[in-house]
Order: sequence, then structure tokens, then C-alpha cells
Amino acid sequence: MMLEIKDVRKSFGKDGEVLKGVSLSVDKGDVVAILGPSGSGKTTFLRCINFLERADSGQMVFDGNVYDMHSIKKRDIAAVRRKTAFVFQNYNLFLNKTVLKNVMLGLVHGLGMPRALAKEAALSALERVGMADKLNAYPSQLSGGQQQRVAIARGLAAKPEIIYFDEPTSALDPELIGEVLNVMRSLADDGMTMIVVTHEMEFARSVSNKVLFMDKGEVIETASSEDFFNNPARERTRAFINSILTKGGVEKKPLSEPQPQPQLGFIDSTR
Amino acid sequence: MTARQLAIVKDALPFLLKAFVNVTLPLTALSFLLALLISVLVAMIQYAKVPVLKDLCRVYIWIIRGTPLMVQLYLVFYGLPDVGIVLDPFPTGVLVFGLNEGAYMAEAMRGALESVPSGQLEAGYCVNMSYTSTMWHVILPQALRTVFPSFANSLISMVKGTSIVSAITVVDMFKEALDIIGRHYEVLPLYIEVALIYLVFCSLLTLLQRLGEKLLGAYGGAR
Repeated sequence: MMLEIKDVRKSFGKDGEVLKGVSLSVDKGDVVAILGPSGSGKTTFLRCINFLERADSGQMVFDGNVYDMHSIKKRDIAAVRRKTAFVFQNYNLFLNKTVLKNVMLGLVHGLGMPRALAKEAALSALERVGMADKLNAYPSQLSGGQQQRVAIARGLAAKPEIIYFDEPTSALDPELIGEVLNVMRSLADDGMTMIVVTHEMEFARSVSNKVLFMDKGEVIETASSEDFFNNPARERTRAFINSILTKGGVEKKPLSEPQPQPQLGFIDSTR
Repeated sequence: MTARQLAIVKDALPFLLKAFVNVTLPLTALSFLLALLISVLVAMIQYAKVPVLKDLCRVYIWIIRGTPLMVQLYLVFYGLPDVGIVLDPFPTGVLVFGLNEGAYMAEAMRGALESVPSGQLEAGYCVNMSYTSTMWHVILPQALRTVFPSFANSLISMVKGTSIVSAITVVDMFKEALDIIGRHYEVLPLYIEVALIYLVFCSLLTLLQRLGEKLLGAYGGAR
């Protein structure tokens, strides 16, 4: 077991308890999809396990080290983050930095990597996501899909053990979703451990091997993704999957078909 | 304009320019530098919510913004000697103008810092950067870009604002003009002359502001 999260609880003042004891275990190479309706606490859970939010209670075991998620020390947070990368819904690329600098910045100023090495790592990560031809572009000159691919490269470059994705395609125009999912799919194929909060059912079904289904801050079902989609154990899960199916969520996004490449007006960075 | 007026205006020009270059300019430049330092520091202390210090910053801004500049100038120059603090006129000017404009600029800077999306800091954390490092490489540069027009505004305003410094015996360009008027009793032409010199210089600064914005806008500007 690479990462084990036990009984995470979190309340926000007015919203009451947002996480009511969520647990999850992740093996190396797992792709865990966290599913559930809006407001079910999926994103809060992901933010808690990277300490962007401080949980009220909970335990984390990461590579054999045990941490109390409420009282964890700054130094331990840094140690955990060193092994993880986080991909945000709205990318959060550094707006004042070029694509290359976005990926290098954390390597140089976070990990203390020499510039030359950092550049090498950044270039190879950007190549990996197909963004090596836009090194000198600024985020505002890129499409959402391109920004998200750079954000993935930024996480990838530090060679994390696990990558967290927080609804990585939710802010994207429909025609840009495919390019991001394809990158994620290829990472999964390479054995990258991933936890993905998503609404992309087809992606969850075809890429993830584990599903955590949440509603109202509770885990309704944890299952292999095969069982979850074909043989859901709980009534609530069945209802959820049916509601998605009737909305056409699964059928309308067949990822097996080739995704159209976005035709974007390229903005000259020397403008 | 009569020939006499023209001659006075012409003779006055070198004296006015000399006072402008020797006094008004350095006074403005030093005061602005001080204000710049104060404002960035005060804004960052509040942004980082440093206990105690952030409250002191609020008090500073409250007092400065709540009292007239002229009163502050008099208080420091004519008032403080009563408690044994005697400062020369020029340093007094730098100190008071710097402290005064610094309070206004600090508020603009705080606004600029707060306008940087919170995700930028989180992204820094997630790539293993510290608060300080993210602040330095990401948040501060973006905030400075946002605040640039406002700071340019302050600078331009200060160039002219320093003209009240004659009240504490500093002979700046305006005081020089007053003295010349006192000798020749030619009021209107000399005031217009002084006004034009200020106008020309401030126009130059406006051009520089535009140039600066263009340079800083290389990453597509603040969004």
C-alpha cells in the first residue's frame, strides 16, 4: 500500500460537515476515480490530502510514514507534497511566466534543482504532453486544453509518486476535453498512480481501476471500476449511474473515437 | 505680453529650471522611492496577515489619510523641535511626502496583491515552493504589474505636490517663482511659466508610463 487515508473529517463553518469520515487506499499504479454529485465533498477531500485544506481529523500513511492530518507539521506537509503533484480545475498556471518557466519554477525554487537539469526535466515533461512547441508562450496565449496540459507537465516534471487531478476537464470547452483526457490516459498506461476527481464517466470507466463514490460527504461505495459500473452494490450508486446514463453523459463522450484537434488562432507571443 | 514681461519670463527660465532640477526633482524622486518601499512593505504585511504589525499598518494608514499633508509637514518641521527632534527642511520634505504618499500607495498595492488569484499561491505550494518564494516569483510581479498605473499616478501627483514644500523653507521651483514675482510684480506670466514647466515634465512621465505598461504587458497583462 502506497497511500492510505483513514477517516478524514472536515467541516466548514456555515456548510456543516463536508467530509464525514472518508477513507481510501491507493496502491502503486492505481488510477482512482472519485465520483459523485456536485457538493459531495470530492474536491475538498482531494484538497485535504494535499493539505490545501486542513482536515479536522484523519490519518495518512504515505510510503509507511504515518501523519495525523490535522496536526501535521509544515515540514511533513512539504515532504508529502514532494511526492505528489496537483492538477487544478482552472489550471492555475503562473500567469507571469512562460510555459517553460511555469514548469521550471518549482524545480528550481522548490526542489533546488540546478537550472540546466530543471530545464531538461521541463522539456521532457512538456514533450510528454505535446506542448514542447509553445515554450515561450504565456498562459493567456494558450487555450484551456493547452494550459491544462502544461499544468500536467508542471506536475510531472518533479517526478511525483502520485498525481492528484481535481476535475481537470470541468473548466474546458467540450472540444478541448479530449486532448487533456488523452494525456491522462497515456500517463495511466505508463503506470502513473493517479487520483482523479471527475465527472467524465467514460474516462472513469475505461481508465480507472478503482472508484470511490461519494455523496454528501460520505463514501457510498468503494469498488473496482468494473464492479462499480457493471455491478453496483448500492441502490444509491445505481441511481447515480442511471441518472448519468439518461442524461447521455456516457454515450455522448466516446473517447475511443479520435478527438478533433482544436483549431485555434495562434497568438504570436512577440506581439 | 509686453516686452518687459517677455524679458522677465525669459530671464526667469534658467533659475526656474535650475531649482526644478536641483530641488523639485530630487525631492520627488527620493520621496517616491521612500513611498514605494513603504507601500510594498505595508501591503505585504497586511497580505500576509502578520500579527500586530498588520494592525500597526492600519493605524499608519488611518492617521496619514485622515490628516492634511500641510498639517503633517508643519507638525514635523515646526512641531517636533518642541520635543527635541530637529530635522533639516529637505529631509523633512522627503520624509513627510514619502510617508504621506506611501499610505495611499500601500492601499493600491494591497488591492493589487489581493487581486492576484488565490490559486497562484496554491499552485506554488503544489510545486514545492515556499510562501516567500511564491510571493517573490509569482504574486509580487503580478501585483506590481496591476498596480503600475496607480503608482505612476502617484508619482505624477507627487511632482506637483512637492510645490508646497516652500512652506518649510525649501527653495523649490515654485518658491523660486514666488521670489521672482516678489522682485518684479509680474504675476500671471510667471505662474503660467511655472505651470508649463510642470506640465511638460508630467507629460513626459505620462509617456514613460505608457511605455512601461507596454513593456510589462508582455505576458498579456493582468487578467
